[in-house]
Amino acid sequence: MKRPEWLRAMLLTTALALISPALAADDGTVTDFLLDNGMEVVVIPDHRAPIVTHMVWYKIGSADEPPGKSGIAHFFEHLMFKATTNHAAGEFDRAVSDIGGSNNAFTSYDYTAFHETVAPSALEQMMGFEADRMRNLILTDDVIKTERDVILEERRSRIDNNPQAVLDEEVDATLWQNQPYRIPVIGWMQEMEQLNRTDATAFYDKYYRPNNAVLIVAGDVEPETVKALAEKTYGKVARGPDLPPRVRPVEPEQNTKRTVTLSDARVSVPSFSTQWVVPSYHTAKPGEAEALDLLAEILGGGNRSRLYQALVVKQGIASNAGAYFQGTMLDDTNFTVFGAPRGDAKLADVEAAVDAEVARIASDGVTPDELEKAKDRYIRSMVFTRDKQDSMAEMYGSTLATGGNVQDVQQWPDRIRKVTADEVKAVAARYLVLARSTSGYLLPQQQAGN
Amino acid sequence: MRGGADLATSSPRHIGVPLVTLLLTILFLVPPALAARAMEIQSVTSSKGVTAWLVEDYSVPIVAVRLVFGGGSTQDPPGKEGLANLMTGLFDEGAGPLDSEAFQIKLDDAGAEMSFDESRDGIYGSMRMLAEQRDEAFDLLRLAVNEPRFDQVPIDRIRAQILSGIIANENDPDTVAQNKWARAVYGDHPYSRSDQGTRKSIAAITQDDLKTLHKAVFARSGLHIAVVGAIDAETLKKKLDMVFGDLPQNQALAPVADIEPKLAQHLEVNYDLPQTSLQLAWPGVKRKSADFFPAVLMNEILGGGTFTSRLFQEVREKRGLAYGVNSSLVNQDHANALIVTTGTRSDRAAETLGIVRDVVKQLAENGPTEAELAATKKYLIGAYAINNLDSSSSIAATLVELQLDDLGIDYMQRRAGYINAVTLDQVKAAAKKLLTAEPTIMVVGPPLAGAGKG
Repeated sequence: MKRPEWLRAMLLTTALALISPALAADDGTVTDFLLDNGMEVVVIPDHRAPIVTHMVWYKIGSADEPPGKSGIAHFFEHLMFKATTNHAAGEFDRAVSDIGGSNNAFTSYDYTAFHETVAPSALEQMMGFEADRMRNLILTDDVIKTERDVILEERRSRIDNNPQAVLDEEVDATLWQNQPYRIPVIGWMQEMEQLNRTDATAFYDKYYRPNNAVLIVAGDVEPETVKALAEKTYGKVARGPDLPPRVRPVEPEQNTKRTVTLSDARVSVPSFSTQWVVPSYHTAKPGEAEALDLLAEILGGGNRSRLYQALVVKQGIASNAGAYFQGTMLDDTNFTVFGAPRGDAKLADVEAAVDAEVARIASDGVTPDELEKAKDRYIRSMVFTRDKQDSMAEMYGSTLATGGNVQDVQQWPDRIRKVTADEVKAVAARYLVLARSTSGYLLPQQQAGN
Repeated sequence: MRGGADLATSSPRHIGVPLVTLLLTILFLVPPALAARAMEIQSVTSSKGVTAWLVEDYSVPIVAVRLVFGGGSTQDPPGKEGLANLMTGLFDEGAGPLDSEAFQIKLDDAGAEMSFDESRDGIYGSMRMLAEQRDEAFDLLRLAVNEPRFDQVPIDRIRAQILSGIIANENDPDTVAQNKWARAVYGDHPYSRSDQGTRKSIAAITQDDLKTLHKAVFARSGLHIAVVGAIDAETLKKKLDMVFGDLPQNQALAPVADIEPKLAQHLEVNYDLPQTSLQLAWPGVKRKSADFFPAVLMNEILGGGTFTSRLFQEVREKRGLAYGVNSSLVNQDHANALIVTTGTRSDRAAETLGIVRDVVKQLAENGPTEAELAATKKYLIGAYAINNLDSSSSIAATLVELQLDDLGIDYMQRRAGYINAVTLDQVKAAAKKLLTAEPTIMVVGPPLAGAGKG
């Protein structure tokens, strides 16, 4: 349900984190154009089934929130499902379920997206509903209060009831010293409790505008049709004031090793992660983010990765170990390694072994064969991604909402192919420096005789 | 996300305590007229008599395979619980002439992904491959299915990983609660056991146990296969013979009794948590029963996959008591139930429980309205394609479930008719029959103040 996406982002494996394939499922051409009011539109043809995925991405996420108002972006995502001047509360949801469609929404650090999957004949109706709620919500104090209780409950279930999630939140707040990625997408509890109608209205008026939105339509539809329907619906919404560039507080130089520890009675097997600040696709120099993607894959992408082979298979000290890189972000992002012991092994031994692999890849680099296979895995998973319409739509949407464009998505496989072994070694050496990292430890409760 | 029938790929953990036995996807949906245009399902039988359902499609150059052998963790011998789960972790750890490392390198080189997993009632295999390398991929599937090596070193490694998972969950409230629930509801039936096994039971598993289970389960009498993607029927026939043609004919499964979940219990698992999980069970309905579609419609109205269900409206929209609340019909081979789950701030858990019980009571006494029923029919007819047919892998998975349930290759064309034929009186009768029972209720969180009355 109307859920933030950070959880998925946290759990993404490299294979899932891929940016998208160059082509639509049936080799149709991806089309991209602007409406007169500044709304960007991308059409991804896929004629295999009579279905369309319709998504509206707003370039507004938790990292754009005003100070002290954490959680407002996600809260607003929920409020978008309430009554408007043209449609009673629940009418949109009912219209979607009446035609056997599905709808939902999610919020992340850099974007908020709303989506419906329906038969192509219902596309215009969906656009009408989305265009309507872009500007015509009716926000009452009652609606605000009840839905605020819902997001507090959501926070309790996602974070407060789960020691791993509590730790992850604190690790983020420690890794990022200034950049707003330090604040959880769902918000800090004490700030969420205070969110009110004034906050919501100000947020809505500023960001929910066609010139801050990207429309993605994937599926059994032609670009001309999408264009005509979009002009009839979204095109009628007035352009809002030009938004200033999304310039956020920047990280100071990272120059310390930080640790965050949580001991909890619910934990029986300890685990750890270490994170570094690294560039994202949007902030990196050409080729660096692609090299980081391949580094994550070779170091810890799956059961053929170095960490898994060394710690789980050969040394037999870990139940799991790996690495991931979340490249699709507007600002700098994080690179993570993690591990957990098995049997009689100690967490310290697992951490030392992970550190040793990180040091080795930074000093000795990767082999040509490892690099080729990692590239093959990327290209393969892009082909698999083309099989899933909503994954295609999400790739284009998340790229466009984080400063990229359609060409970035399409040229991505070629850029991956071009990465050299030296480039992978260089990003490992440049960024994976233990003296400038943040580690999180989840430990069992220390009890006598336990 | 919610909705027991959703094949949502990325939904986070259901809120509330997932039913330990709720592992099979519940396919009470149906293909729509919508998908009929694009989906022609062929039944393909090879010269050795192996049958698969095939959807030929060349728009993406991949092939997805899904297969199932009947008989899952219920086949774990007493004292060897976790055997089926351990076995499913070993199919890519060495087969035929290839040891673990050689097999995984070949699989990677072939550009294929292969995984096996178990439910209570079946061992499932999934494979995705690139069309241009399908020969290599099918060859590796042949080795995995026919000649898994079960070498001692990978057995011990995967066992150690599973053991870590078991230990890691020993103090986890959800896991503790699930285990308690399963024992309370299923007594000493195999459904009450943990799929993962226990510290003691997985330590007892030997290589011979694995070989014996593989031989008993991997036989053609219990096999169903679906293939979707860039492959034609003639080519597929050859692959079917190669991969499955030499398996033994008959499975040797231990019989499993049918069981009615034990209702009218109140279970509390007390932890000092900010949010209390509630889980309730009512009787379910057999997949083959005449009441099935009336019950499906009733469940959807109660708390199914939409934002318009009664539980969603009353618990979340009107009162803000929960983020997630849903009901699911759980159909397994030997037991059926209707399960409601939600999570709510602990100081209002009793109130939430009362509301859930009121909503259920209302529906049991009065049934739904004609308008609710009409809208829900439209939803269930239209949603099938979107929920079940949105990728080659999900189509293959759906086709395997249809075969398991013995619904016929033309079921997708018939399904809308079954739904449309359901009358309001039938739904009212289903509601009365299922929802007037006294449920089993489990509360995970601080002790419940003023236990909710229903």
